[in-house]
Amino acid sequence: MASLVSCPHCGSRPKEEFTVKGAALKRPAPDAGQERWMDYVYLRDNPRGAYEEYWHHTSGCRRWLVVTRDTATHEIADSRDAALGVPETRA
Amino acid sequence: MTSYRLPKGGLIDRQSPLSFRFDGKALSGFSGDSLASALLANGQRLVARSFKYHRPRGILTAGSAEPNALMTIGSGGRTEPNTRATMQELYQGLEAQSQNRWPSLDLDIGALNSLLSPFLGAGFYYKTFMWPGALWEKLYEPFIRKAAGLGKATYEADPDGYEKSWAHCDLLVIGAGPAGLGAALTAGRSGARVIVVDEHALAGGSLLAETASIGGATAAEFARQAIAELESLPNVEVLTRTTAFGWYDGNVFGAVQRVQKHVATPKDNVPVERLWRIAAKRALLATGTEERPLVFGGNDIPGVMMAGAARSYLNRYGVAFGKRAAVFTTNDSGYALARDLEGAGVELAAIVDSRADAAIAWSGKARLVKGAFVSDAKGGKSLSGISIWKDGKSETLDVDALAVSGGFSPIIHLACHRGGRPVWSDTHSAFLAPTKLNGLSLAGAVKATSGIAACMADGAAQASALLGELGFKVEPATFGAVEGDIAVPAAKAVWSIPGIKGKAFVDFQNDVHRKDLGLAVQEGYGHVELAKRYTTTGMATDQGKLSNVNAIGLLAEARGVSPADVGTTTFRPFYTPVSFGALTGAYHRDHFQPVRKSPLHDWAAKNGAKFVETGLWYRSSWFPRDGETSWRESVDREVRNVRLNAGLCDVSMLGKIEIVGADAGEFLNRIYSNGFAKLPVGKARYGLMLREDGIVYDDGTTSRIEENRYFMTTTTAYAAGVMNHLEFCSQALWPDLDVRLSSVTDQWAQMAIAGPKSRTILQAIVDDDISNEAFPFLAARDVSLFSGQLRGRLFRISFSGELAYELAVPAGYGESVADALMDAGKQHGICAYGVEALSVLRIEKGHVTHNELNGTVVPADLGFGKMVSAAKPDFIGKAMVDREGLVAEDRPQLVGVVPLDPAQAFRTGSHILAKDAAATLENDQGYVTSSCYSPHIGSTIGLALVKRGSQRHGEDVMIWNGLRNEYTPGRLCSPVFFDPANEKLHV
Repeated sequence: MASLVSCPHCGSRPKEEFTVKGAALKRPAPDAGQERWMDYVYLRDNPRGAYEEYWHHTSGCRRWLVVTRDTATHEIADSRDAALGVPETRA
Repeated sequence: MTSYRLPKGGLIDRQSPLSFRFDGKALSGFSGDSLASALLANGQRLVARSFKYHRPRGILTAGSAEPNALMTIGSGGRTEPNTRATMQELYQGLEAQSQNRWPSLDLDIGALNSLLSPFLGAGFYYKTFMWPGALWEKLYEPFIRKAAGLGKATYEADPDGYEKSWAHCDLLVIGAGPAGLGAALTAGRSGARVIVVDEHALAGGSLLAETASIGGATAAEFARQAIAELESLPNVEVLTRTTAFGWYDGNVFGAVQRVQKHVATPKDNVPVERLWRIAAKRALLATGTEERPLVFGGNDIPGVMMAGAARSYLNRYGVAFGKRAAVFTTNDSGYALARDLEGAGVELAAIVDSRADAAIAWSGKARLVKGAFVSDAKGGKSLSGISIWKDGKSETLDVDALAVSGGFSPIIHLACHRGGRPVWSDTHSAFLAPTKLNGLSLAGAVKATSGIAACMADGAAQASALLGELGFKVEPATFGAVEGDIAVPAAKAVWSIPGIKGKAFVDFQNDVHRKDLGLAVQEGYGHVELAKRYTTTGMATDQGKLSNVNAIGLLAEARGVSPADVGTTTFRPFYTPVSFGALTGAYHRDHFQPVRKSPLHDWAAKNGAKFVETGLWYRSSWFPRDGETSWRESVDREVRNVRLNAGLCDVSMLGKIEIVGADAGEFLNRIYSNGFAKLPVGKARYGLMLREDGIVYDDGTTSRIEENRYFMTTTTAYAAGVMNHLEFCSQALWPDLDVRLSSVTDQWAQMAIAGPKSRTILQAIVDDDISNEAFPFLAARDVSLFSGQLRGRLFRISFSGELAYELAVPAGYGESVADALMDAGKQHGICAYGVEALSVLRIEKGHVTHNELNGTVVPADLGFGKMVSAAKPDFIGKAMVDREGLVAEDRPQLVGVVPLDPAQAFRTGSHILAKDAAATLENDQGYVTSSCYSPHIGSTIGLALVKRGSQRHGEDVMIWNGLRNEYTPGRLCSPVFFDPANEKLHV
């Protein structure tokens, strides 16, 4: 796990201030169908390399972030406010 | 008595004598001594017994790799076992005890293990103690643990304080030897923020053991001046006694600073150790090298010492490691020691050089034997002689001290902490650090640079380059000419030594010798990771600092491959052991877990509450009165009184969240499974929150205080989780909704006033009309209190099933308001009640808590099917709540359960079986989620989740507790035991 996480609002902060939720996936439309919803709720990719995750700056600004973390090196390439959204295409 | 203090020399202060004790014996040393140097100065060469064979052991090194000289320092709560005497600074009154010996270090019964050694080889406990298995726990393991060992930890509490700190810098320099000082001086002069860490008390590294001079000053004096300059610079922090123990993600380094481990009595207001996390833009590893031992017979006998260590004791501490010494070397470094020993007047009998073609000139008095090996050291508790093997012939030489140099291993541990693997170099006969380390560079001997001048120049150049990357322009520092240095070019490593007769140790601390490794290969455990575990080499507290490379070399030879093919085991933090105290920091005792107190805590305490910890909260559990002898008696009385008169309960620990904004209503409508869009201003509603997978997450009431302002309550346990969840929904899922969230849990004191007389009592302090007509069930409004002196929020909601209210007032007024209500209620028989009574009341009423909302239930399981809105286009959980499995016929459903015989009881967690079914997993019908004694029913009652439970009211079942073998005949029933028509709520 990264020692420091860059928050777009607070700068570089120790990881203890954050909680991680998991893959940053686009929430399907309510009528997207069971299969789509099962994927969203249960199925996760397990890539080696860049991975977008929802992180919460729980002990900081309390904003939810989308953090791009390398699962092999733990390096964080990008972090942005979750309100900016995630791409529709990810499963 | 063969090691001794020289009449002059060393960096010790001979004007400041210090007395100390070793195994009770009074000894003395000087300020500037390490415990090890002081022991040697007193002729104490036997300092320890080995782990397995209890062999006599002496001091092998002068640094943090020491495998032998582990002792217990201090007494009482300050007892510190396994302290390396080489790293412990001497202080006045220091008490040291040797370890792993009985009855004494000199006469150790455990040494009999040596006689058993043919049976105690690698893997002996896997083979010898295989059978019978039952004896393992009772006989073998205790026996092995007793016989083998390190020091013992104390059971007393540590009286000292510890601290954790962050530090930030442009350049972190790890190690203040020649390369580190070269780098630090360069960096310091650039104005960049620099931190220098060195694990020793005195910075300077190998310079402190040098007789070479730099720019005309002694090497030690040069180091002193360099540190003085660095300490004068405001942009530089020099942390001595500080070990960088790990390299972590984001170029963060862990380091532990021993602030007060070198003093007799630590100051109370200063931590004894400080754990640093250093975030460095760039870091330079200048950790130098570790000298390798040579694996010959009896290489562990006290009197055998690493050559560099012998030189350090000689030049830094003014201690000769023996009276008649020999040097056994594979490289040129042994000659520097030989020269210095003769210079100090210590008799040197011979230099044994493994190289037949050694080119270095030797003009000293000692005899030089080239192409020869020390095959065996002789002696028991002290070295008495050596066998020199040359060309198949052996000769004996009487010496009392032997210095050994088997080459140098760069200390690359930190460079490998983030996944990089060491790379074997045939040229250097050593493992070197991986390349392309992001943020970390190496300088000096750690990357196989040799010679003081070259190391200083390399450090300076590296610092200049690294700071250049950060935009600092600085020329590498330059230094005066170095004279008298013997640079040590790489020499071929020697793994197997010919002619060995005695035990040749590879890992001193775990007593692993050469034959163990051979055995490992023979038995198929030749892979480095397997050999490590089979022989335990490298698994001691020194983590194989001296032994790993020799073990790899010997494995390589045995397998007929290069060390490159054997590879290394993985380097992981910590470089040296770190105390639990330092890792804990200030987070112990009262700070281990903060106590969370309700604003009504003091009110509850003065009313005699017994408290229970729930999470961080201290909740008032029950309020015993005079004459009550059990908690049940108090709780039964409180429950009866609430149903008869009234009671007041602290519910401040419920999570409270304010939700404001133009879209707050729409937001709640999407958060809860039931409808919230039409909730009128001034009304509360019970809500169910689902997870996206359709399972119930939390419940609570939310009230509409104003048009666009809602007040949500959550369960105590999920207060933080619900807040995070709401923030996620508003920020990540629906950022377009105009919603603002604030946690106001700590801002309000909230109390439940329940019971038939609650309205009368409340009306005494509430100015507004709260009659049933004016303030009906589920009314929720701001009210005026005490003739306009205070505003509060009043909610007509009931967890008990009685006429009941919850009143919230600003936290600071909580106690006074509760007092006023108790006063007003006195004539009406009000009592304080705690969470135990609250729980009984809610079970009687069939209300659920997280006992029932257990992460597996959907609303329909609880009889809340109608709370899943079919009309709403979307809410969290909508898409999944109706899926296969969650609507199955035989799902567990909420049901009540009572014993057939009211005199019988059952416990929460008991399972429900069909009446005559056997107690098996297949026959399990569900389990009791909550139970209590109900004064209203007059027996134990329970709530349970039972298959098809809602259709089985009236069915006789068996309530089975398999853990206690209890069988209670019972009957399923409605989960609502009290006022099923809800008449009381509306009076």
